[in-house]
Amino acid sequence: MALQSLDIVRRSATSTPPPDVRTSYAGGVAKLIDTSKCIGCKACQVACMEWNDLRDEIGSNFGSYQNPADLTDRTWTLMRFSEYENPKGDLEWLIRKDGCMHCDDPGCLKACPSPGAIVQYANGIVDFQEENCIGCGYCVAGCPFNIPRISRRDHKAYKCTLCSDRVAVGLEPACIKACPTGALVFGTKEDMKEHAAERIEDLKSRGFDKAGLYDPAGVGGTHVMYVLHHADQPALYAGLVENPQISLAVRLWKGKTKPLALAAMALTAVAGFFHFVRVGRNEVDERDEAAARQALAGTPRGTLPPGAGGATGRNPENRP
Amino acid sequence: MSDSEPRDALLRYTSGVRTNHWLVALSFVLAALSGLAMFHPALFWLGNLFGGGPWTRILHPFIGLFMMIVFLGLAAAVWDDNLLRPADWQWLRQWRDVVNNREERLPEVGRYNGGQKLLFFVIVVCAIALVLSGILIWRPYFAGSFPIPLIRFASLLHAVSAFVLICAIIVHIYAAIWVKGSVHAMVRGTVTPGWAWKHHRAWFRQITHAAHSRTGPD
Repeated sequence: MALQSLDIVRRSATSTPPPDVRTSYAGGVAKLIDTSKCIGCKACQVACMEWNDLRDEIGSNFGSYQNPADLTDRTWTLMRFSEYENPKGDLEWLIRKDGCMHCDDPGCLKACPSPGAIVQYANGIVDFQEENCIGCGYCVAGCPFNIPRISRRDHKAYKCTLCSDRVAVGLEPACIKACPTGALVFGTKEDMKEHAAERIEDLKSRGFDKAGLYDPAGVGGTHVMYVLHHADQPALYAGLVENPQISLAVRLWKGKTKPLALAAMALTAVAGFFHFVRVGRNEVDERDEAAARQALAGTPRGTLPPGAGGATGRNPENRP
Repeated sequence: MSDSEPRDALLRYTSGVRTNHWLVALSFVLAALSGLAMFHPALFWLGNLFGGGPWTRILHPFIGLFMMIVFLGLAAAVWDDNLLRPADWQWLRQWRDVVNNREERLPEVGRYNGGQKLLFFVIVVCAIALVLSGILIWRPYFAGSFPIPLIRFASLLHAVSAFVLICAIIVHIYAAIWVKGSVHAMVRGTVTPGWAWKHHRAWFRQITHAAHSRTGPD
């Protein structure tokens, strides 16, 4: 989304403050996905395609209602279907709307090397600015949820924008508008947490005593949250990550080590300069040349020790 | 060979080795500049030298791969002469004498000294790490085929080994400036007998046993 925004709180590969004079006084926004209310109709998937003008390739049936098989550069949200046999022996059909979680501490943004290719707005939405994207795929490595996809056509990274264009003008995201059961709701994060608490209470009264909210603290919380009937086992929902956090490798790769490494490189060069200033060059003087000449003159050819084969094979020019 | 070359100059690097070295050196500079653009935001502007961010991302792996292929030739040519021997460790232990130009206190040095040999193997290890990790994170061609945790590790390894390599090459470049005559040796191929006597006496003895003093046609 290329609209100029004055409410940017984080900007990739930028070490000075981004333009953030406009504050989100209502606090962050959040999309709440209630898996217990979802019927898997995919209206949200279609609404996402329509609003964003995306048409993915027609896939093939791989034995599941899930279609396409995975998120792609043109499928920014996807209903994932999981069949779970619970301890009582009953089948539970767990359906989870997958897509960008809009982390408060986004790993993609941390990993991105291109200034301004990923931004986070004051309302919490993490947005890719594809015109600044260089296609390196570092966001893919940075994301704890395996969300960004690099287009094979234009080599830019794409993912759910949380309809930042709609939200910016006071509309709810397209998927929310299309949901027929109220499984998807949108509002301030605080309101969504309150709503979730009511839903969880209701679920617990119906026997889902492990019901809970998925708002993982490891990434600072997310601006897309789930109500799960089995919050103790998020992996049941098509492998939802239990304790997502920015990987240690990414933190080492992109953390304070980078400026330190840069300083170390500069210091290495500076150390050389000061060695030059304090100790100076190592130069050959006349005495060395004289000693060498003497050595050359005093080496009778006939007295070579055996095996002193002379020049290496790479220096045939030095052979007599 | 230039006319001003003294008649008793000793050939240190053949034209083939020199060409190989400078192909590695030029591609290293390009790979390092384009890589640094993606290493730290403060250096992102270096990408403009390559036509902008996307072009930097496109070109960097090809430049790096080219560097590694030509480095294979150079490494093979100098490998045997760079194997570390006990005298080299003694040389390295006396690093204070080395950096203070007290060369007379050091053990006699063959074709390469302990520092050069150590640097050579640091470069070899970094090169292997850079090539392998670079292929794992190379988009759009290869990265898509590897699991994300492996790509994360490869990204870290790539950055760490590039950092070590750049520091090593800064040391290498400074050492060439410091030890006068080294740059000439790698540009024009020859050193004076005094240079060989002072810095690489065992090598001096070795080659002058066979040929007293002359530079062949090059």
